[in-house]
Amino acid sequence: MTAYLIRRLCYVLPILIGVNLITFVLFFVVNSPDDMARMHLGERRVTQAAVDKWKEEHDYARPLFWNANVDGTARVTDTIFYRRSIELFLFKFGQSDDGRDIGYDIRQRMGPSLAIALPVLMVELLVTVTLGLLVAVLRGTYFDRWIALVCVALMSVSGLFYIVGAQYLIAKLLRIVPISGFTPGLAAAKFVALPIAVQVLAALGANVRWYRTVFLEEIEKEYVRTAWAKGLSESAVMTRHVLRNALLPLITAIVVTLPSLFLGSLITESFFAIPGLGSYTIDALQSQDFAIVRSMVFLGAVLYIVGLLLTDIAYAWADPRLRFGEA
Amino acid sequence: MSFTLYPTDALFLIIVASGTAYFTYLRRDAQLRAQWRQVLVNPLGASAAVVLSLYLAIGLCDSVRVTRGNEILSLLDIIAAPLRTQVEMTYSAPFASTGFVMESSYAADGSLHRDFPRLRYGGALLSDPASQRAGDLVQRLFAGVALGALGSGAIYWLLGGWRRDAGGAHRGSLPRGRSCWPWLVLAGVGMGAGVLTTVAPYYHVFGTDKVGMDVLYQTLKSIRTGLVIGTVTTLISLPLAIGLGLAAGYFRGWVDDCVQYLYTTLSSVPGVLLVAAAALSLDAYMARHTASLTSLEARADLKLLGLCVVLGATGWTSLCRLLRAEVLKLSAVDFVTAARALGVSPMMILFRHLLPNTLHLVVITTVLDFSGLVLAEAVLTYIDIGVDPSMNSWGNMINSARLDLAREPLVWWSLFAAFSSMFVLVLAANLFADVVRDAFDPRLHE
Repeated sequence: MTAYLIRRLCYVLPILIGVNLITFVLFFVVNSPDDMARMHLGERRVTQAAVDKWKEEHDYARPLFWNANVDGTARVTDTIFYRRSIELFLFKFGQSDDGRDIGYDIRQRMGPSLAIALPVLMVELLVTVTLGLLVAVLRGTYFDRWIALVCVALMSVSGLFYIVGAQYLIAKLLRIVPISGFTPGLAAAKFVALPIAVQVLAALGANVRWYRTVFLEEIEKEYVRTAWAKGLSESAVMTRHVLRNALLPLITAIVVTLPSLFLGSLITESFFAIPGLGSYTIDALQSQDFAIVRSMVFLGAVLYIVGLLLTDIAYAWADPRLRFGEA
Repeated sequence: MSFTLYPTDALFLIIVASGTAYFTYLRRDAQLRAQWRQVLVNPLGASAAVVLSLYLAIGLCDSVRVTRGNEILSLLDIIAAPLRTQVEMTYSAPFASTGFVMESSYAADGSLHRDFPRLRYGGALLSDPASQRAGDLVQRLFAGVALGALGSGAIYWLLGGWRRDAGGAHRGSLPRGRSCWPWLVLAGVGMGAGVLTTVAPYYHVFGTDKVGMDVLYQTLKSIRTGLVIGTVTTLISLPLAIGLGLAAGYFRGWVDDCVQYLYTTLSSVPGVLLVAAAALSLDAYMARHTASLTSLEARADLKLLGLCVVLGATGWTSLCRLLRAEVLKLSAVDFVTAARALGVSPMMILFRHLLPNTLHLVVITTVLDFSGLVLAEAVLTYIDIGVDPSMNSWGNMINSARLDLAREPLVWWSLFAAFSSMFVLVLAANLFADVVRDAFDPRLHE
């Protein structure tokens, strides 16, 4: 088990380097530091001296990949690529273009993002697994066909519609919760209730359909027929046999959503003015702050990979064959 | 008069042409023909196909541009000229004959009135809108329905719906199912279009927006943007996915390692973030390098192409993974071994033997991805990394109409038009994709 995990960890490193290289090419090669300086100082009337000063201030005054002016290993290490990459790997995100510490901002904004993401995950699981099982039980009936159609219809509605519609109906007309905003502590409940509901609803159609296929695939297997044949009740078959054996794909589905747990849903956070990581990213995109966007892309990839590792561990836990070292 | 071709126009037309070529090629292949027949015989599939064809027709009309004087107009602009040119002062409700915002005006005797002003174009031919408007609308409605019924009847006739042989059986060129639903959808779509032709030149069917532009016109123009994003993106990602996927699965070894590393790395970045980062970077790059393009439209078009490239370059990984796995499986099958033993070159094996046998995956993925891409456009445009703000698109419509919801009384028609036209397209695409998957996925037939 440990050896397996270590092997997986070794596999992770090249991927992270690759992600780092992609973001570097996107943000430093396509747009050189000179371009960035001009973008922030104003496109037209800007002197080379001002550009150099901006680069000095923001620590961009080095060659990109290869420094020919120095000797030894410094040729590689005294470059933007090396310095920025090492910083990312140590989770030192440096400063944003307006001089704020990115690492501090991320820590500050993690809480609000989690306040939405964790409940979304719980509610989503509960609702969709229940509905998925229900639809699987009723397979082949009219109810099943109608649910399938409703799911497709729900999937076809733009996510923006759910947000705009819910804000208008629940917050503006019925005045049940505030339209947007956030406050720390328990009082946040009234602010996060609507975003949570909207996110669950927006994903409902696709989720229920997916869980239905997973459960149906399981139901068609022989052992389920055996369970029925020996006279177990429908609920016993469903919960003790089908649900337990469908755990593996379920775990994958949960873990894959891990990055969105931390990054929050970009759009939802921004619409509801939740000061989380999602709205942080959007603000950075709109102000063209490359440093922040690059940090968030890297962080997202790290989380995804951590998620994959967790999947492996969870598989080992949920699958007795792996747990007892047969496979 | 001369034709103008923007890059995305060219690509879109190429896609439509190759789609047509595919269907002509299909006539020779019995199995493919049977699969597509299964799609079209399914009532949902056929109904969705009718709706999709309507959108496609509008999108095509909007992709053929001619230069008139110093204007570049698309065929759609010329057909819908009344919609394009009849610009009001500001907001007006659907079918309204008076404005939505009260205005002060001086009467002939110098006294000040506050009233809803008459619209310049909406219901302008009525002398007394209050009493005549309803009657006029009903009249036009009936005329439109009749026109639409005639039109869809003609299409039905053209497709051979009424041709019967002596025994009374259908002899049409279309595969026939037992359901009348597709024809009802066709009739419905035709009548809708008929009503638009009789009503839209005289009323603003979806009202007007803040600057008085007709919302129906914006909605129609947005269709092309959505279709281009849904199809051109695929055109860019398909060669990547097919080439790399086939190569990885067939050659294995270091080729496989490299391809696997490439797609694992790309897919380990959360989708939206990768697209956002790439689009942001490209955006900044283009802002510096397209200053020479003076025409606003040409720049917006280039930006649309850039967005498609970004979406395509980041979206090929899932299909590539599927293709690789499938080719790995197929390579062990006897017919490939036989071909290899006969000395067929690897390229020949890849494209003559392996590609046709994995084509069902390509078709299914392409159709499934389309609806997601149409929806993604709206979201990306909302975060300012989508299409150019000057281009008509559903994302831009939603974006600019979002603040209208805060107005009192409510201005709902822009959002309604954008969301509903998007919903119809995506719903049709989703239903179509389901039917296509059912017909093409061999696992479902075992």
